[in-house]
Amino acid sequence: MASQPHEVEDLIRRGYEHGFYTEIESDTVPPGLDEDVIRLISRKKAEPQFMLDWRLAAFRHWQTMETPRWAHVHHAPIDYQAISYYSSPKAKKDGPKSLDEVDPKLLETYDKLGIPLHERAILAGVAVDAVFDSVSVATTFKDRLAKEGIVFCSFSEAVREHPGLVEQYLGSVVPPGDNFFAALNSAVFSDGSFVYVPKGVRCPMELSTYFRINAANTGQFERTLIVADEGAYVSYLEGCTAPMRDENQLHAAVVELVAQEGAQIKYSTVQNWYPGDENGKGGIYNFVTKRGECRGARSKISWTQVETGSAITWKYPSCVLRGDDSVGEFYSVALSNLYQQADTGTKMIHLGRNTRSTIVSKGISAGHGQNAYRGLVQVGRDADGARNYTQCDSLLLGDKCGAHTFPYVEVRNPTARVEHEATTSKISEDQLFYCTSRGLSPEDAISMIVNGFCKEVFRELPMEFAVEAQKLLSVSLEGAVG
Amino acid sequence: MLSIRNLHATVDGKAILRGLDLEVGAGEVHAIMGPNGSGKSTLAHILAGRDGYEVTAGDVELDGKDLLALSADERAREGVFLAFQYPVEIPGVNNTYFLKAAVNAIRTHRGLPELDAMDFMKLVKEKLAVLHMSDALLKRAVNVGFSGGEKKRNEIFQMALLEPRLAILDETDSGLDIDALKDVAEGVNRLRGPDRAMIVVTHYQRLLDYIVPDRVHVLSGGRIVKSGDRDLALRLEEEGYHWVRDQAAAPA
Repeated sequence: MASQPHEVEDLIRRGYEHGFYTEIESDTVPPGLDEDVIRLISRKKAEPQFMLDWRLAAFRHWQTMETPRWAHVHHAPIDYQAISYYSSPKAKKDGPKSLDEVDPKLLETYDKLGIPLHERAILAGVAVDAVFDSVSVATTFKDRLAKEGIVFCSFSEAVREHPGLVEQYLGSVVPPGDNFFAALNSAVFSDGSFVYVPKGVRCPMELSTYFRINAANTGQFERTLIVADEGAYVSYLEGCTAPMRDENQLHAAVVELVAQEGAQIKYSTVQNWYPGDENGKGGIYNFVTKRGECRGARSKISWTQVETGSAITWKYPSCVLRGDDSVGEFYSVALSNLYQQADTGTKMIHLGRNTRSTIVSKGISAGHGQNAYRGLVQVGRDADGARNYTQCDSLLLGDKCGAHTFPYVEVRNPTARVEHEATTSKISEDQLFYCTSRGLSPEDAISMIVNGFCKEVFRELPMEFAVEAQKLLSVSLEGAVG
Repeated sequence: MLSIRNLHATVDGKAILRGLDLEVGAGEVHAIMGPNGSGKSTLAHILAGRDGYEVTAGDVELDGKDLLALSADERAREGVFLAFQYPVEIPGVNNTYFLKAAVNAIRTHRGLPELDAMDFMKLVKEKLAVLHMSDALLKRAVNVGFSGGEKKRNEIFQMALLEPRLAILDETDSGLDIDALKDVAEGVNRLRGPDRAMIVVTHYQRLLDYIVPDRVHVLSGGRIVKSGDRDLALRLEEEGYHWVRDQAAAPA
C-alpha cells in the first residue's frame, strides 16, 4: 500500500509559537546570590523591614538545604550562582502610571501572546495583572474591583500598600522553609500577584495573570497569594509562556491560597513554557510549590491545570483541608512531548471532619516524554468521615515515551474512604483507523482522541481557557502522525 | 466503478490475498462470502486503507482513481466507507461532534461549504428518522457503552450521513438479533442507489435475505473462486463452503 504507516510519534513536531524575544533595555542584577543581592532586591522594591527580615531568614535556611532528588526527573545540577535574581524593564521614572506610559514593545509582546490588555479586556471580562519578568507593568480593572473592596495588584504593590494583609498571610500556607525551591523563592521572589477578596464578596470577573520570562539567564521567582475571606468567591487564571532559548531557565514560583469559612477559590493554570527543542536542548525548569489551605469550615479550593510546556515540571498543587466539611479538588492534564519530563500530582491533606477531595489526573506522553503522577492522600486522626476519590489515567503516543504513577495513601482514621483508579492506555491503531476511515486527517484524529481523553479536566476550566487549552494541546501534538 | 485486478496482499509476510479480481458497477450490491480466514475482512480493510497490509501486486481503482495511492482519510474523502465489524470506542468524544467533523471533512473535500451546527442537526434528524434510531446515541461518546446493535446502527447512520460512493459492510450482521438485523438491512436498502456501489461481506446468507445482492462471490484462499447470483448464496447455506473449496482445489 502506498500510505505510510502512521507512526504516532511523528505527529508531535511543530515549532514553538511563542518563541520570540523582546529587545528592551532591562535593569538586571549580575548573576550570583548572597545576602547583599537579597538586600538589593528588597531595597529596589522599597520594602518594609519585615519583608527583608523574612527574605533573609528564608535565605539562611535555604543554604542549609539540599536539592530534592526524589522526583522522577533528570537534569544536570543547577548552578545557583550563575543565575541573575532580578531583572526589570527599565522604568522611565518611577514606573508606568497608565498603559500609555508602558513601553510599546512590551505591549507588542503581550499582543503576540494574545493577552486582552486594552478594550478587548473589557469585552472579555478579564482583568490582567501582567508580569513581565519581575515587575508588573500594567494592571487593569483595579478600580472596578476596588469598589467591591477586592485587592488585586502586583505583589510589590501589596507589600507597600497592604503590608498588614501580606504580613498576616505570607508564608502561612507555604512556610519559607517548606522545601528547597520554596525557600529559594522566599529569599529572592521579585514579584507576582496578590488577591484579597473580602467577606461575602463574589469577585465579579475572572482574575488573570500572564507570566512571561524574557531576559536570558534570569530565573523567575514569582509569588502569588490569594486570600478569600469568609463566604468569598474568586476564580483566578494563570497562563505562562516563555521565549525560546538554548540554555535552561529556572522558574521556581510559590502560590499560596487561603480560603476562610465558606469561601471558594478556583485556580486554573495553562502552562506553556518553552519545552526545549526536539533534541531536548533548552527549556524551562518549572519547579513550583502551589498549596491552598481550606482554613474555614465548608470552604473549597479547586486546582485545574493544563501543563503542556517546560523541559521539566515539578509541581504538586495541594490542598490542606483543615476546616470541617471543606472540599479540595485537583484536575490535571499534563503533556510531555519531545524530551519533556513531568513529575506532577497533588497532595490532599484531610485534617477536618467530613472533608472531601477529588483528584482527576490525565497524563499524556508522546515523543521521548516522561510523565509521572505523584499524589499523596493523607487522612489525619480527627478527620472522621473523610472521603477521597482519585482517578489517574495515562495515555501513551508512540513507544519511546513513559508513564509512571506513584500514589501514596496514609490513613489514620478508620472511618475514611479512599478510592483510587488508574488506567494506562495507548492511542490504538484501531481508534486512529476508525477516525481516518471517516475522512479525518491523522492529526485531527489524534487531537480529537486526546481531547476526548482530557474532557473531564477541560470541563472544569473557565470557557475561554478551555478553548485555549484544547488548541494548545492540538498544537503541541501536531506532527505526531506522519 | 470499483475495479480490483490481480490483488495480492500479505500480513507479516503471510499471503492473505492471492490474485483477487472483482468488478463492481455503479448501483450494484455485491456480496462477498467465504469461510473464516478466507481473507474477507482483510479485503474490506485493504480497500479502506488500513495500515499493516502490504499489497505486493495488483491494482484497485475507484472511478478510474488509483485507490492504493491514497491514505485512509483520503479514500474516505473520495467516497469510500467501511462499516466496521467491531466499531471502535472513542471515550470523551461526543458522537455528534465526531460525525460533524467527518461530514465537514468530506464536504470540504467535495468543494461544499461546511455545515454549521443548525444545518448539521437538521441533516441528522432527517437521517435518524429513516433508520429508526434514537437520538440518545448522539449525546454519548462514540460507541462507548453502545450495545452490539446500537454500534451497528451507528455505523449505518454514519454511512447515511457521509453518502459514500463505495460502501463496504464488514460482517454487519454479526451479533445482531433479528429485529436489529431487519432495521439495519432496511437502512442499507434505503441507501442503495444508482450512484453507489456496495460490497457486503458476510459469513452467513441470512443477511442476504434482507439485503438482496446483485452478485455473490465466494472468497477462498485469497481469491474469488466462484461467482453467481443470489442462488449461489442459498446453495452455500445448504451445502456449506466445502464444495466450492473442493471445486477450487481441483485442477482446472
